[in-house]
Amino acid sequence: MMEITEGSHAVADAVRLCRPQVISAYPITPQTHIVEALAEMVANCQLDAEYITVENELSALSACIGASAAGSRTYSATTSQGLALMFEVCFNAAGMRLPIVMSIANRALGAPLSIWNDQQDSISLRDSGWLQFYAEDNQEATDLHYLAYRVAEDHSVLLPAFVCFDGFILSHTYEPIDMLSQEDIDKFLPKFTPYERLDAADPISFGMYATPDYYLEFRYEMDRALKGSKAIIQKAGKEFGQMFGRDYSAMVEGYRLEDAETAIVAVGSICGTTKDAIDEMRDEGKKVGLLKIRVFRPFPTEDVAKALAHVKRVAVLDKNISLGAKGAVALEVKDALYGSSIPVKDYIIGLGGRDVRKKDIKAIVALIEKGEGDMFYGLRREVL
Amino acid sequence: MSLAVGCRARPGKSRDNKTGSWRVFKPSFNREKCTQCGLCVTLCPEGCVHETEEGFVAPDYTYCKGCGICAEECPGEAIEMKQEEK
Repeated sequence: MMEITEGSHAVADAVRLCRPQVISAYPITPQTHIVEALAEMVANCQLDAEYITVENELSALSACIGASAAGSRTYSATTSQGLALMFEVCFNAAGMRLPIVMSIANRALGAPLSIWNDQQDSISLRDSGWLQFYAEDNQEATDLHYLAYRVAEDHSVLLPAFVCFDGFILSHTYEPIDMLSQEDIDKFLPKFTPYERLDAADPISFGMYATPDYYLEFRYEMDRALKGSKAIIQKAGKEFGQMFGRDYSAMVEGYRLEDAETAIVAVGSICGTTKDAIDEMRDEGKKVGLLKIRVFRPFPTEDVAKALAHVKRVAVLDKNISLGAKGAVALEVKDALYGSSIPVKDYIIGLGGRDVRKKDIKAIVALIEKGEGDMFYGLRREVL
Repeated sequence: MSLAVGCRARPGKSRDNKTGSWRVFKPSFNREKCTQCGLCVTLCPEGCVHETEEGFVAPDYTYCKGCGICAEECPGEAIEMKQEEK
């Protein structure tokens, strides 16, 4: 049913349909509306879940780890400094192979303090073993939660997942959203079957100690499961498409890319603005297309290489910066195209909530046509 | 041992970790000097010094890390740490 809903409330509603049994989260801007809405649903008996209030994010994810290990479908949500505080437990959740799903309302990291959007927070946890889905709009943000649980809980994957959507730009924006029914989701997302669970009658410990003789193999198995999740994403995404008409089988999505000479690669809500800019540039006769990356972990290296094989140049928009190197997305795209002669240039944009407009996308296309890139775009030089 | 998913373990799993391989100095117990006071049994951090069937004390070298606490604490100086050649 179509509804006009705020992004955060749509996400909270989608989470409710996933029937989480335990929720633990700590409010932080711009994620707050999600957890407020879920707390209200639990209080009003619209959602049969334990809502565990905690003193901070480190405790929130720790509580989720315990609940997931005990065999519950578990949910949390955070952003920015909150995610940074979870750093240690993020690695533990993945290493213990617990399929927790967590929404990230993407926000910049301090210092300096910024409550506004970029994707530095979740990108900085790219090495933690969590799956990372990125939404372009709020429809996708809701749908990716159903997909995330389905993939994370698959016994061949058993890894936690971030569902990332841009703070404020999506989280606080009202959009028409096709909200699925409980009956729909129950058909798509089966009841959580833990692989193993904590049980006082049959004691077991999670995430024990590995000597140098074993640690390397544990990390290999996590990497193998994460890479193997690509096939599960494709299968579940296709099934979702067959059931509800929105196909998420592809981890990357092209827009007017088939005959493009210049390709823009982007992640998240910036893809919408980029599509509008591309339409206008196409009207002017410029052959520009977009490659949207929906899944950043596992990284769809082969899909990116295939989708970009025919283009003459690639401009990557990074709402993050691996300080001292490049944007994280550009590094992956360069790796995917290694050995080809296609130039890939990086543009660091929109950090800390700086608006990225259609004219900025067009300016970046003009820059890459001149061969200029690997730069912070839109620097205000007068303040430097 | 094949890997358990998520490094999960049943109780007692730490017995698989044969800490005796860490040892550089090996305690040697001198029965002539030993008064069987039992301090080494109490103080061994690995809990591997035990009473033998003959009534003496001896470490389990599978787990003895060679820390030397038993030799340090033995009031009769009956335990000597000797470098182990492997």
